[in-house]
Amino acid sequence: MKGKVGLEGYLESFKRFQNGAGRPSWLRDVRRAAIQRCVELGLPTTRDEDWKFTNLAPLTKKTFRPAPGGAKITLDDLAPFVFQGQESARLVFVNGRYVEELSDSCAQPGGVIACSLAQSLGFHRELVEQHLAKHVDYDRDFFAALNTAFMEDGGFVYVPPRTVLQKPIHLIYATTKMSSPVVTHPRNLIIVGEATEAAVVEEYVSMGGDEYFTNAVSELVAGEGAVVEHYRVERESTRAYNIGTVRVQQGRSSNVACHGVLLGGVLVRNNVHPVLAGEGAECVLNGVFMPRGRQHMDNFMWVEHASPHCGSRQFYNGILDDKATGVFSGRIIVHKDAQKTDAKQTNRNLLLSDEAQMDSKPQLEIYADDVKCTHGATIGKMDDDAIFYLRARGIPLERARTLLLFGFAAENLERMRQEPIRRYVEGLITDRLPHGEILKNLS
Amino acid sequence: MLEIKNLHVSVEGKKILKGFNLKVDAGEVHSIMGPNGSGKSTLASVLAGRDGYEVTEGQILYRGRDLFEMDPEERACEGVFMAFQYPVEIPGVGSIQFLTAALNAIRKHRGEEEFDAFEALKLFKDKLKQLQMSDEMLHRSVNEGFSGGEKKKNEIFQMAVLEPSLAVLDETDSGLDIDALRIVADGVNALRGPERAMLVITHYQRLLNYVVPDYVHVLVDGRIVRSGGMELALRLEEHGYSWAGERDPAGVAAARL
Ligand SMILES: Nc1ncnc2c1ncn2[C@@H]1O[C@H](COP(=O)(O)OP(=O)(O)OP(=O)(O)O)[C@@H](O)[C@H]1O
Ligand SMILES: [Mg+2]
Repeated sequence: MKGKVGLEGYLESFKRFQNGAGRPSWLRDVRRAAIQRCVELGLPTTRDEDWKFTNLAPLTKKTFRPAPGGAKITLDDLAPFVFQGQESARLVFVNGRYVEELSDSCAQPGGVIACSLAQSLGFHRELVEQHLAKHVDYDRDFFAALNTAFMEDGGFVYVPPRTVLQKPIHLIYATTKMSSPVVTHPRNLIIVGEATEAAVVEEYVSMGGDEYFTNAVSELVAGEGAVVEHYRVERESTRAYNIGTVRVQQGRSSNVACHGVLLGGVLVRNNVHPVLAGEGAECVLNGVFMPRGRQHMDNFMWVEHASPHCGSRQFYNGILDDKATGVFSGRIIVHKDAQKTDAKQTNRNLLLSDEAQMDSKPQLEIYADDVKCTHGATIGKMDDDAIFYLRARGIPLERARTLLLFGFAAENLERMRQEPIRRYVEGLITDRLPHGEILKNLS
Repeated sequence: MLEIKNLHVSVEGKKILKGFNLKVDAGEVHSIMGPNGSGKSTLASVLAGRDGYEVTEGQILYRGRDLFEMDPEERACEGVFMAFQYPVEIPGVGSIQFLTAALNAIRKHRGEEEFDAFEALKLFKDKLKQLQMSDEMLHRSVNEGFSGGEKKKNEIFQMAVLEPSLAVLDETDSGLDIDALRIVADGVNALRGPERAMLVITHYQRLLNYVVPDYVHVLVDGRIVRSGGMELALRLEEHGYSWAGERDPAGVAAARL
């Protein structure tokens, strides 16, 4: 069997995880099937088409142990994690575990539930059982299977039909300093009923944690006519590994935006997999990734058009500096019945150094005959004419560059419809730009 | 204010300017007219400091200083402004953001206090009002999706905000309808003053009906072949550029020095 390398540690951990038999018992079968699938699939290598540009050797060579409990962070540590001018419900996970004292699930009108998955397994069993592990493709994807085998905690969000979520839900996953590398498997389930509006932010961050592995999976179920904004913000240490999957199941006429903001991590895989299952559904995959140093960021989009009259838009912008590497794979699959599909994909990349490298590949699999699919990718340097234009107005070279970089990312920011969250993300991006502080007084 | 002496410039090995001479004093408006490809934009670009132009001979003094010693941003801060023939679109960079950065860079250079966002916005709105332009463009990215005329007007607006000492307008009149031309001309005239000088590059005498220059120079094949007053522009309109290039007029051009 291929790819056995690196698996032993996980199998051993699974044994200590009582072979997945932890409560509730109905999960046991799913977990065991998932670990079995891990063994069958093996860890991916660059020989796998879907992992061609991402070498997982550094990850597979290390053994990551399940994180022990009991780590401490304080409310003060979390002070910067607020959306100015917008109250939000906050669920905080430290080293993979929900911490009640740091969280404020913020009772919301209309029967909205925001709690930990562990809690939901007890209290909202029917909802959970109906959707958990029913959407993500752990049959195909090793890391989704691994997450499923170990799933225990994460965020659970339920917005009942015809409810407008008043306060966005902010899920924060913090990893603290550990004596040896740890792994966590955050598992999120977000169920948004028909004709609702909701915004959920997942933010991955290091709080002292350095070299560790976050293997996250989110399942987002959007009912008929639901309008959802999902944000995934990656800002972990530059030695952290992060593999994350957002699997979106979309009902009729739903509208889901999945925003990705990738700043941290040494090796990041950003899987976004919407299935447009109901007629007339729309999705936007909007992301900005900014690797530098030796960071590697792999964006793996997998958009499935399974019904007629659906639209999908992918906009990913990359800014790569130093020896950073990036990948964008945009797969669009149009099923046989998905007539009148309108799918569009653009990936634009700026290379700020000669050593940075970007691989971009569209992949269209079209089985219907009446569809409109377009894709385009650009990889280039900063626009000299634009730099000159700014300098000719008195703006120093360094600042001109900063402004242009910001402008490049601003295209993605503009697609974020939740103003306070957009401003928050804008702040993170601004802090990340060279001389970003100069942007602060300009508008 | 500006003294260009025997300027020779090549682009990618091709000689474009071949001994260009010009002297502009404060308070003067000079117009440079010439056919396509004669080197007008090359001159403007060299003045603004764009890369890719090789100066093989000659000198430019701006207020007594060697212009070639200055970066583009330093020139701008010292009061050199070029209105681009083809203004650049900059997606994602807001007009306010851009112009505030420019304004404050220049104010800082002059030793003046920087404007905060509120003061800057007020200034922009006042200027737009004076110029009879809509402030809608403030809320868009720099030149993005602007029509040709809007881009040209935006150049004039920027000029009004930055109040340069030496303005070089590169065919700012091209492609404008009557109303836009009026607005541009009014913007230019509003800035005329004893402390400022202007170099108005144009193809046609149309703009010069509104912005009457003190001197008109005809540039053909990298050299000024004739210099005169407004009457020269009118004769050019009538007889075309071939007429202007007929005799060797080296003496005429040199007379200005
Ligand atoms: N980057 C370049 N590479 C090669 N040739 C160039 C370049 N830029 C300009 N030229 C050439 O230099 C000559 C002068 O160009 P310039 O743009 O200065 O003319 P112009 O007088 O401004 O013309 P127009 O009236 O069309 O604006 C032209 O023959 C042009 O083709
Ligand atoms: Mg020109």
